[in-house]
Amino acid sequence: MAKKISILIVDDEESVRDSLYNWFIEDGYRVECSENATKALSMLESDSFDIVLADIKMPGMDGLEMLKRIKSLRKDSIVIIMTAFATVDTAVQALKDGAFDYVTKPFDPDDLSHLIRNASKQISLLEENEILKEKMVSLENVEDLIGTSEAMQQVLREIESVAQSNASVIITGESGTGKELVARAIHANSPRKFFPLVSVHCGALSESLLESELFGHEKGAFTGAVYNRKGRFEMADSGTIFLDEIATISAKMQVELLRVLESKSFVRVGGNKEITSDFRVICATNRDLKTMVEKGLFREDLFYRLNVVNINVPPLRERIEDIPQLVEYFIKKYCISMNKPAMTIETAALKRLEEFPFPGNIRELENMIERAIVVGNGKKISLKDLPLGKTVVNTTVESLDDLEKNHIFQILAKYNWNISVSAKALKVDRVTLYNKIKKYDLKPAK
Amino acid sequence: MNLENITLISFGYFEKGLLEIICDDVEREFSVPVKIREGYMALSVYYDASRKQYNGNGLLQEIESRFATETTKTLGLFNVDLFIPILTYIFGQAFLNGNSGIASIYRLSNERYGLKKDQTVFIDRIRKEVIHELGHTFGLIHCTNPTCVMRSSTYVEDIDQKEHMLCTKCKGMLATKPQNEGLN
Repeated sequence: MAKKISILIVDDEESVRDSLYNWFIEDGYRVECSENATKALSMLESDSFDIVLADIKMPGMDGLEMLKRIKSLRKDSIVIIMTAFATVDTAVQALKDGAFDYVTKPFDPDDLSHLIRNASKQISLLEENEILKEKMVSLENVEDLIGTSEAMQQVLREIESVAQSNASVIITGESGTGKELVARAIHANSPRKFFPLVSVHCGALSESLLESELFGHEKGAFTGAVYNRKGRFEMADSGTIFLDEIATISAKMQVELLRVLESKSFVRVGGNKEITSDFRVICATNRDLKTMVEKGLFREDLFYRLNVVNINVPPLRERIEDIPQLVEYFIKKYCISMNKPAMTIETAALKRLEEFPFPGNIRELENMIERAIVVGNGKKISLKDLPLGKTVVNTTVESLDDLEKNHIFQILAKYNWNISVSAKALKVDRVTLYNKIKKYDLKPAK
Repeated sequence: MNLENITLISFGYFEKGLLEIICDDVEREFSVPVKIREGYMALSVYYDASRKQYNGNGLLQEIESRFATETTKTLGLFNVDLFIPILTYIFGQAFLNGNSGIASIYRLSNERYGLKKDQTVFIDRIRKEVIHELGHTFGLIHCTNPTCVMRSSTYVEDIDQKEHMLCTKCKGMLATKPQNEGLN
């Protein structure tokens, strides 16, 4: 049922108040009257009215002054100004001060009905807008973060609690766990959602390139700088900047970044003009930043500046109960994108997936399902379609260290963490394998 | 409250038999007997020379104080142009959930708009206005149903668009109002 619109009539003439009161009551509105602006303002403080219909000429505070005060109380309130003596100046002034409309007394009954109908429409639109915004806040972009496991639900709760604030966030987690999706969900549920989310993959850029990428550059700043170029911090104005692989930035860039985070201002490479930008920072890393701080590899002051909130995205092996749901999601996703009929997965294949350690986490599972759909029979994914015994190409692994770590982990998992057998398979001695396990902090899956 | 009747009082010159024609329809809508009589009032008191119209608020107050009773719904019918201070004109008005109302036939004839006289249309408009204002005295507010007699009308064309009857929803509301117990 539609909400009953409430109207406050403010006029020093009793006959006008009574006439309007009777007219609106017959239309089914909730109506209250006030004979002066002061009383009306105190009524507005204790009660909320959707529409205020106010005379411009009243003893004491006039309608225009009251309009300004109402607007300072509630910016979106709808005030209609009435007058018996219309002048262009007063009408323009009323509209400039935020009046919804301006009418000359006496008005045609039809004009009055139209006026209130339009104002009611405006109110409905504003309310609808609020409801839609709230709906978007609770739903947007979280659909990609799949999982009903406690570990994943905890992540979702953390996203929800941190999204509305401006706090810097560090998202930690192994490679392929979906850290960027978490960053997107935070941005999409934050008040900054209508502004850009700018992502920078710090690990993929050299120091000088990263500097130019983040701060922008002026024409002629370096060879090839033929245009002025906005930096990512500038592009993220009013929005969010997502710095992926933050642990890879150089010591010099750490200092630069700290300065920018503290002052929210910077100078383009080759420029001299201070540029300010209002951005929120979200970082991600698969390294242990605290250990890096202890070892002197990462600045402590920058770490504390960034690490206001830490969200740890669990590896897939810690939420194996989410695997069936993820598998179903990826099957659906790739069947649609490849224009294939809906497919399912054999129970045995799904069981093997649940037992697999997935060192490449969700990205590895996704790649595996994509491949299975390509090579499969088009109806059901079976064990033979899944490369569970072989190394799955993980496109996210970029360093040799990561590659070595993943490979050792897979071999250990394959031989149930039997060090001798695993070392033999890897063609290294047991001491070397122990050293590698220690180096990469490898642990058996729970 | 035991409602005894609806009283339609005409003030000023009305064609003979004009109100008798609409009696049955009014009676049927509210299931209350309808009485018709002539009344006298010094209308000049309510005349506004600057607007050349009669103040509807004053007329309604006088109907309420001089003619209305607790056991009747009284509607004063006038053949003069009515206004209220804030509006350029009104067809009628009534106390919501009250005992009295007013209506004017002044703006209901085709001739007023330079059109050919049509007595059927004229009577139909009076019928609708009378039922509409009486509806307010029974506690009914304006209805959004385009054919319901309680639909708000600001032009005669609006009056012509609607029926002279209450819609199902308004009839239901009429029956459920505590003061209307026993109606319908």
